[in-house]
Amino acid sequence: MIYLDHAATTPMNDRVIHKMNQIEKNVYGNPSSIHQKGREAKFYLDEARLKLAQSIGASRDEIILTSGGTEANNLAIIGAAFAKQELGKHIITTKQEHHAVLNVMAFLESLGFSITYLNVDQEGMMDLKELREAIREDTILASIMYVNNETGVVQAIKDIGQLFKEKNIIFHTDAVQAFGPLPIDVTALNVDLLSMSSHKIEGPKGIGLLYKNKDIQIKPIIFGGNQEHQLRAGTENVTSALGFAEAAQRIKEERAVDNQMIEHLHNLFLSTLEDQGVPYEINGNVDNKVNNIINVYFPWVKNDILLTNLDLKQIAVSSGSACTAGAIEPSHVLLAMFGDQDERILRSIRISFSHLNTEEEIKKTVHALCELYEKLK
Amino acid sequence: MNKGTRVVVGMSGGVDSSVTALLLKEQGYDVIGVFMKNWDDTDETGYCTATEDYKDVVEVCNQIGIPYYSVNFEKEYWDKVFTYFLDEYKKGRTPNPDVMCNKEIKFKMFLDYALSIGADFVATGHYAQVRTVDGKTEMLRGVDHNKDQTYFLNQLTSDVLAKIMFPLGHLQKDQVREIAEKANLATAKKKDSTGICFIGERNFKEFLSEYLPAQPGEMQTLSGEVKGKHDGLMYHTIGQRHGLGIGGEGAPWFVVGKNLKDNILYVEQGSDHEALYSSSLIATDLNWINEADLTDSFTCTAKFRYRQKDSGVTVTLQEDGQALITFDHKQRAITPGQAVVFYDGDVCLGGGTIDKIYSEEKQLQYVG
Repeated sequence: MIYLDHAATTPMNDRVIHKMNQIEKNVYGNPSSIHQKGREAKFYLDEARLKLAQSIGASRDEIILTSGGTEANNLAIIGAAFAKQELGKHIITTKQEHHAVLNVMAFLESLGFSITYLNVDQEGMMDLKELREAIREDTILASIMYVNNETGVVQAIKDIGQLFKEKNIIFHTDAVQAFGPLPIDVTALNVDLLSMSSHKIEGPKGIGLLYKNKDIQIKPIIFGGNQEHQLRAGTENVTSALGFAEAAQRIKEERAVDNQMIEHLHNLFLSTLEDQGVPYEINGNVDNKVNNIINVYFPWVKNDILLTNLDLKQIAVSSGSACTAGAIEPSHVLLAMFGDQDERILRSIRISFSHLNTEEEIKKTVHALCELYEKLK
Repeated sequence: MNKGTRVVVGMSGGVDSSVTALLLKEQGYDVIGVFMKNWDDTDETGYCTATEDYKDVVEVCNQIGIPYYSVNFEKEYWDKVFTYFLDEYKKGRTPNPDVMCNKEIKFKMFLDYALSIGADFVATGHYAQVRTVDGKTEMLRGVDHNKDQTYFLNQLTSDVLAKIMFPLGHLQKDQVREIAEKANLATAKKKDSTGICFIGERNFKEFLSEYLPAQPGEMQTLSGEVKGKHDGLMYHTIGQRHGLGIGGEGAPWFVVGKNLKDNILYVEQGSDHEALYSSSLIATDLNWINEADLTDSFTCTAKFRYRQKDSGVTVTLQEDGQALITFDHKQRAITPGQAVVFYDGDVCLGGGTIDKIYSEEKQLQYVG
């Protein structure tokens, strides 16, 4: 199997597995318990929290561990909206957010909040002028993703954050796809809330975090014990937290090398496609995107046929999302960029590389695409 | 021995297509399960009726150990099947969307899709058989005559059939259930679906009224006596007894005709009323599975509706591409828009759409 769907999820890194195995058997205490087993677990939990905080330039008490990126987004948006609703009920976001943001917005809309969904242009970029004009007296919160999960396009979060800072509007960014290819320093980024996920960076699934600037207040959405600064009840997942921390530390240490390899594979993929004469275009602003994700438009084939063919050749890529009946639907991200009349929404796929991919795999993939092109064109 | 032969199975989430996939897998084929989504009834919560069926497909494919995919033909289904379905009702006729779906979607769009993912054959869970002898491909009735579905497959051609497998054709329905239960398939006990796929369990009248405005009008006897009101010609079909709301003395009343221009529903008393009986019909949209074998006029048997016994007929092909079908014995309540399907023994010859209906020389006003 050639796995080119790392934006969906990644395999766990050996370092992470090793770290988790070390404590999995013996560190079973509840970090809230006031006996030795509890203290032991608390020690590892604190170690994990510190490492995670350091990986993004935050302090320990600004890290709220969650069950993943989705929960972090839910907590950030609902938590901030509920905390600030006395001051206003207007929230700003974009049409190309992940469903873990868009569906939260839809929920808040049903509660009487008013949501502005900003456009993106054909290259997936936002218009700062439109953003400025969208801000109202009663705007309390904005949520804008850092790196788009389907196109890899990067938004100017720092500049956007500056705008909201001036207006005293809470700013959340979904950085689930950013942390990995991009270094993150929350102090420089002008964000109040930032979501991250472990399994996108070779950590375990089922854990993520929300960075919350200590100067802002949010409400919890899960109630129970006093864990996570009373913002996320439930016994902590110590083993996974440590695995997540190890993955974050690895990324910090090896990011430059990873990115070099990914850039090499990315360029090899595109240049080989070109050499073989397979028609394609890239969706998204190529000057403002990460290299590990590319969204490719193949004018000669519908994406469901392409995906199925590649899968049957043991090559895993992806496209948009599937409906509840499994059928591939036009991606809402591409719809936001191109509208519903453009062929691209039905003929584009996402390929996402990892430093673990090899030149051999990339060549085989292009070869498979080439064969299909010859057959289907 | 069948290794390397790729068969794409159209899977609906029912027991028949589940067993189809299982049997092919056991025979060593390279089997792929594909679910077709042809109709969108997604509600605000994102739920659609296809959701549960697809879940069953996923579960069964995992049990059998084959890859599965889903493909969307909503647009094609709307354009080719549903539009036809509404147009026919607008004309006062009774369409057969399953025949059209097989012709335009399952054995055209889906077949093309399957070929584009490397299929050598497409298989479905229909109760019918394909036989190729000396390079000639024929379609035969399913061994389970009670379940035989060749009626709905009458528009397929031998070229298409050469790429099709119906692995259930030689089985009885009971045997299919048994196989499913033995293999403990998730769908073994699932109820068979009934009715038209896009309407499902919903009220037919309600469904139709969402798409076509109902025009109430008068119910009259053929001699012009007003018997009451009808709620829309499209809700009624020739030979229908129930739901007319005519009480009183004597034999029950039946729908015997429609006058589209004046929006009149004709009714007469007695299930054996002569206006219900015809002696010949004109069929359009004819398809012959092996056209080269035909002479201009021949005798065979025919079905005028699904699950009806065959009747002897004489088929006379006309120069305009239509055919005159003369019945050996008078037929009751032949319905315009339904399929007429021809057989030579167990071999299905093809079929067409019932267009005009005659009693001796006189055209019946089944839709006028």
